[in-house]
Amino acid sequence: MSPTDPGPAASADREAVDAAGLRARTAALLAAHDPATTPRPDFLRARFDAGLAWVHFPEGLGGLGAPRALQAVVDAGLAAAGAPGNDPRRIGIGLGMAAPTLLQYGTEEQKRRFLRPLWTGEEVWCQLFSEPGAGSDLAALATRAVRDGDGWRVDGQKVWTSGAHLARWAILLARTDPTVPKHAGLTYFVCDMTDPGVEVRPLRQITGEAEFNEVFLTGVRIPDAHRLGAVGEGWKVARTTLMNERVAIGGSGAPGEAGEGGMLGLVTGTWRGRPELRTHDLHQRLLRLWVEAEAARLTGERLRQQLRRGRPGPEGSGLKLSFARLNQELSGLEVELLAEDGLAYGDWTMTRPEVVDFTGRDAGYRYLRAKGNSIEGGTSEVLLNIVAERVLGLPPEPRTDKDLPWKDLPR
Amino acid sequence: MTPQPSAALSATAPPDLLYSEAEEDLRTAVRSLLTHRGAPTTVLAGAESGRPYDAELWRSLAAGIGTAGLLVPDKLGGQGATARETAVVLEELGRAVAPVPQLTSAVLAVTALLGCDTGDAEVAAPLAALAEGRRVGALAVPLTTPPGGRPAATVRAAAGRRPLLSGEITAVAGAAGADLLLVPADTGLYAVDTGAEGVRITPVTSLDLTRPLARVTLAEAPGSLLAGPGRARDAVDAALLTGAGLLASEQLGVAEWCLEETVRYTGERRQFGRPVGSFQALKHRLAALWLEVASARAVARNAADALATGSPDTAVAVAVAQSYCGEVAVRAAQECVQLHGGIGMTWEHPAHLYLKRAKSAELALGTPGRHRAALARLVDLPGPPD
Ligand SMILES: Cc1cc2nc3c(=O)[nH]c(=O)nc-3n(C[C@H](O)[C@H](O)[C@H](O)COP(=O)(O)OP(=O)(O)OC[C@H]3O[C@@H](n4cnc5c(N)ncnc54)[C@H](O)[C@@H]3O)c2cc1C
Repeated sequence: MSPTDPGPAASADREAVDAAGLRARTAALLAAHDPATTPRPDFLRARFDAGLAWVHFPEGLGGLGAPRALQAVVDAGLAAAGAPGNDPRRIGIGLGMAAPTLLQYGTEEQKRRFLRPLWTGEEVWCQLFSEPGAGSDLAALATRAVRDGDGWRVDGQKVWTSGAHLARWAILLARTDPTVPKHAGLTYFVCDMTDPGVEVRPLRQITGEAEFNEVFLTGVRIPDAHRLGAVGEGWKVARTTLMNERVAIGGSGAPGEAGEGGMLGLVTGTWRGRPELRTHDLHQRLLRLWVEAEAARLTGERLRQQLRRGRPGPEGSGLKLSFARLNQELSGLEVELLAEDGLAYGDWTMTRPEVVDFTGRDAGYRYLRAKGNSIEGGTSEVLLNIVAERVLGLPPEPRTDKDLPWKDLPR
Repeated sequence: MTPQPSAALSATAPPDLLYSEAEEDLRTAVRSLLTHRGAPTTVLAGAESGRPYDAELWRSLAAGIGTAGLLVPDKLGGQGATARETAVVLEELGRAVAPVPQLTSAVLAVTALLGCDTGDAEVAAPLAALAEGRRVGALAVPLTTPPGGRPAATVRAAAGRRPLLSGEITAVAGAAGADLLLVPADTGLYAVDTGAEGVRITPVTSLDLTRPLARVTLAEAPGSLLAGPGRARDAVDAALLTGAGLLASEQLGVAEWCLEETVRYTGERRQFGRPVGSFQALKHRLAALWLEVASARAVARNAADALATGSPDTAVAVAVAQSYCGEVAVRAAQECVQLHGGIGMTWEHPAHLYLKRAKSAELALGTPGRHRAALARLVDLPGPPD
């Protein structure tokens, strides 16, 4: 419906959250809180309270219950006015994983307490899932949560925890019943990272820096009010998180986003700008990758169109696979293309980055960081298993670990 | 920072990559006809009989469902649909490796005619005949000709009251069994009746049993001029571009059948006490193939939508679709043969019909490599200076 179209009278209410309505609300927000003079946190809080944070979220929780696609209308209006953003690169785990899980399984009180500072970035979140003994086989994890008065006491060790050093809160998966099969004995919690029993130690990565950590949990206290979902239903809740994680990673700027965004744009930029570096072999490979990146972009676009029609297709599970492979191949090609410059590396200093940017820094960094894309959020091998069994319906491998009590599993 | 290359990034409305309800209805109609009439055993028997195509099946499709005239406006005798609907029909025909001249007559020949002056009766009459499925046409160029490719002008027209054409064109798809040839010659595009004197069509034993090729020899064959040289070139180019873009949908259909059939078979076939499809080595290959087929669908839909809407990005969309879908179809057919084991190697099992179609189609209307070379120009990614 165009902004000048009067529309049927009965839909006055609904009109408030169509494109025109959102434009009006955006203008009102900007009028009441001039981005030039309003401090960033104040502006972000006001934006959240106006329902313009994520318009598809419910009213009162930063949204208006509007179609997700209409977020673009708000974002465009705010960007044009130079309004500050919430820097998603800093709070990706909160936005992409914790928030959708809180929305689906949180109590009213939990949603009200956590979502606003999560979205404004005042509170950073991390994900305490993986353990030394439980990666792909996440459901085998050993961190124990035992009842302790009106709450829980948690002991165990987590690993590869991105951003734990910056986080105020964590989503935590722990074992509450070792006597039942592994998937049945898990419970999902929100863990306070400032608890004295939480110890965060950096783990240096192949890029030189330490983006992730190992986290030791010793007698950590969690009130029962910070449990998400029922006791023993942790796996079900975690699956929501994991599905959203794959979408978040797979969708985080597909290599060919908006024509030539992301990793592809970096390589084609160098290609056009430095003709002396071109070789026939690289040319053939670049064209092949260009086509594949375009195919991945269109596959993602098709998925979004299906979602908009309310018919989600299974392509989502595949997007992360394409994303990881293309990021790795394109960044590898870029190092080769750069020849002598490809042999240099920006900086091996051990630092603690505040943001994660797959397309940031230099080509060498991008090449190395992309290696994580096929490991984090479910390895490519595991995703292929998921596609084969859940999408294609191929028979599962014979398994011995699903029905035994967790405590009796061979370790 | 990145220079904006021309077409690929233009900010037009995003393409519609889904299927409309009408398109799904058309698919259902075509699929149900093909399941009744186009079983693989029938296809194989037909191919062995030496018939160039299944005339009865084509009648039901062309006249019954109206697939012959999808690309032709109503007032010219067609259905007034677009490349999007045609693409859906081709997906289904690919799934069934159906031996019918949809691509060669209803896409290539029809689009070439639509590029001529349709106000002229010499053009309008054959166009209506093809659109209504009364006659079958073929564009007389080697099937390997890519969009924008200049087939060597092997045919000359001797001027006269009635022009007489002489020359030879090899590897023409759909020529055997056609009533009408559209022949690009040095002085324009001509219509030639296959029944006329001086026309010889020699079938070639073809790799693709379901879309056989033929050599066309013209010895002072009478033709009628459809378009002069300039317009003829544009008309043939448009036909090749449309053909290449829509072939991607046929390739998608081929790949889809191969994937589905292989998933079905490996889920049933037991070795070592379990279905072979439960072995991870096979599961991963099939999952990877599924992802390629899902991407091929997005890419083929994009090309069909670009052709239907006359998008400025059409050339890029077609080059992407052809470089991608041709290879996916071949890979799917190859996996289909391999993962069926011995039975996949037999004449009896239909897998070979798909492999032969897929491999031939990969060469048709430009190989993937040629389309990538075209893309290099279109999106400004030139090769090394020589
Ligand atoms: C950069 C980065 C950031 C991360 N951030 C976080 C985080 O914030 N929070 C968090 O909880 N975790 C995080 N992870 C952990 C990540 O989820 C795990 O590393 C991942 O799930 C794999 O587990 P693993 O490392 O134990 O490998 P393993 O599971 O031991 O896998 C080893 C190899 O075996 C393969 N394999 C395992 N099982 C199968 C199977 N069934 N079939 C075929 N192959 C199989 C794997 O694909 C892999 O190649 C992060 C990882 C990385 C790399």
